[in-house]
Amino acid sequence: MKINDVILQTVTKIAVFIILTFAVDLFFAGHHHPGGGFVAGLVFASAFVLLGLAFDLETVRKGAPFDFKKLGALGGFLAVGTGLLALIWDASFLTQTFITVSLPIIGELDVATVTLFEAGVAFTVIGVVVTVIMGISEGR
Amino acid sequence: MNNIIVLPMVIPLFTAIILIFFLSYVRVQYWLSLVALVITAALSGYILELIQREGILRLDFGQWPPPFGILFVADSFATILVLTASIVSALILIYAYYAGQSEHDHPRFFYSLILFLVAGVNGSFLTGDIFNLFVCFEVMLLASYVLITLGGRKRQLRESVKYIGINVLSSWLFLVAIAYLYGTAGTLNMAHLAERMAEAGPTPLITVISILFLIVFSLKAGLLLYFWLPGAYSAPPTAVAALFGALLTKVGIYALFRIFSLLFYHDPFVSETLLGIMAALTLIGGSIGAVAYNDIRHIVAYNVVIAVGFILVGLAIATPAAIEGSIYYLIHDMIAKGLLFLLAGTIVTLTGTGKIEEMSGLIRHYPLLGWLFFIVILSLVGIPPLSGFIGKVLLGQGAVQAEAYLLLGLAFLSSLFVLYSLLRIFLNCFWGETTISEGEETPLRKGLIIPSFILAMLMFGLGLGAELLAPYVKEAAETLLNPNLYIEPILYQ
Repeated sequence: MKINDVILQTVTKIAVFIILTFAVDLFFAGHHHPGGGFVAGLVFASAFVLLGLAFDLETVRKGAPFDFKKLGALGGFLAVGTGLLALIWDASFLTQTFITVSLPIIGELDVATVTLFEAGVAFTVIGVVVTVIMGISEGR
Repeated sequence: MNNIIVLPMVIPLFTAIILIFFLSYVRVQYWLSLVALVITAALSGYILELIQREGILRLDFGQWPPPFGILFVADSFATILVLTASIVSALILIYAYYAGQSEHDHPRFFYSLILFLVAGVNGSFLTGDIFNLFVCFEVMLLASYVLITLGGRKRQLRESVKYIGINVLSSWLFLVAIAYLYGTAGTLNMAHLAERMAEAGPTPLITVISILFLIVFSLKAGLLLYFWLPGAYSAPPTAVAALFGALLTKVGIYALFRIFSLLFYHDPFVSETLLGIMAALTLIGGSIGAVAYNDIRHIVAYNVVIAVGFILVGLAIATPAAIEGSIYYLIHDMIAKGLLFLLAGTIVTLTGTGKIEEMSGLIRHYPLLGWLFFIVILSLVGIPPLSGFIGKVLLGQGAVQAEAYLLLGLAFLSSLFVLYSLLRIFLNCFWGETTISEGEETPLRKGLIIPSFILAMLMFGLGLGAELLAPYVKEAAETLLNPNLYIEPILYQ
């Protein structure tokens, strides 16, 4: 099975970077355009899955040496946590806010708490998808 | 804006997430989840009091006003159920901790899953938006899918295939029904829907949608479509079975009450005749099932079915007394079924068999267990001063007022079947000569009997303290019978 992997592996090495960059782009695009944490998380996870297919899961585990279940939990923690943060400022649960900052070169930029929430969603999706794929492929 | 009403869902949810970081520390997990559930119970008690003072509370998530955003609504009916669910699940959690040492050895995500389940249950009770009702149902069901298979015994896996299959099917129907409803009414906010349904009246389309919802929730609650229930509820370990028996069908019953008192009450054919027929058939089927089996777990599971039929007789009759009776009985049944499943599971663990003809004379070694079982029988049958009494009396009163004598007869006849089926367990298992000689019996740990004891005390408390609970139940029934009381604070305040 390992005979014809050279082309796949070479392409993967480059493609993974494109996929990851695209995921980050999708993530930040989600603020005003189609995209967001869920889609970005799926695309991000697909990079890991591709790595797992082209090489093997050991390589993925070596490259990303953390527990994906905990990553998923961290995502849930962030998402619910930002919802709860609103309670401190006496606003309704899940209320989000933003400020606009002016930065040199980039210009006007919205810094929003919803980005944290979306990061939580993304982490959860990555954690869950990778855990599921790894669980299936281990054949337990 | 009342952030407090989201806490009964968010506290279990947040704690469940945090527990994943403490996977290898079982004691930490146990104490954190117990504290979370106790706080949840205390808060829901406070919310109940708050509703008495300030009327129905609502919380718009992210400050989007209804009907545009999603929201939580706490009225007395929902909050009473949240309170009961939190208390019962806290007690079952204590049992699970002490049973874990022998029974399922604490699978790693056990406590997280229980808290996810409770979050889903509380969320279903509190949501004011029919799509979020679906979401919370799914949270609850996903947790239950895992809980039913945890342990991985053959029997569990076999039953879980059926359980997951039937629930995925009914969830799909649920989604289709919601889509139809949205297509017809153009909104998913329950108060807004109620208003539009009242404007439209019972058009054929709405009647069809209401029947679809009836099928969906009947599958979830075990009303007539209960064929999956006895198997699924008798397979998992004791604590999980108790949680299922006490909470899961009750959420379906809650949804039936909410939907058919708020949205689809315009067509008496569905909301009274059809519901009445289904409740009657459930009572008959459940009664036959309860006396037909010799396995203690099956008998107990069929008792859940009988209770579902009994409670929904109240909804079919829909007079104030009958609704009040149903609410009392719903609270009682959460506690009593939790206790019944815990006791039945304890008996099975102690004797190592579920067949009632293979045990005998248990009361000699476990007197407290025996008497607790006797108390729960009396309570389920409705002997005063235990908690089943007040619900049965009020429901009977309502049935007589509405001249629904057939339903009345069946409902009370089913009590006799409950009595017979459980007395059969009692006579076979507890009376007679003991088969185990002195000193050889499996010791009954205190941790297993204390939660059952507290639950039994709660049944006495609910029976004797019905007067204290009366204002809350009265208000809950009033809101259910007058949809305007529910619509007003949500859309016009």
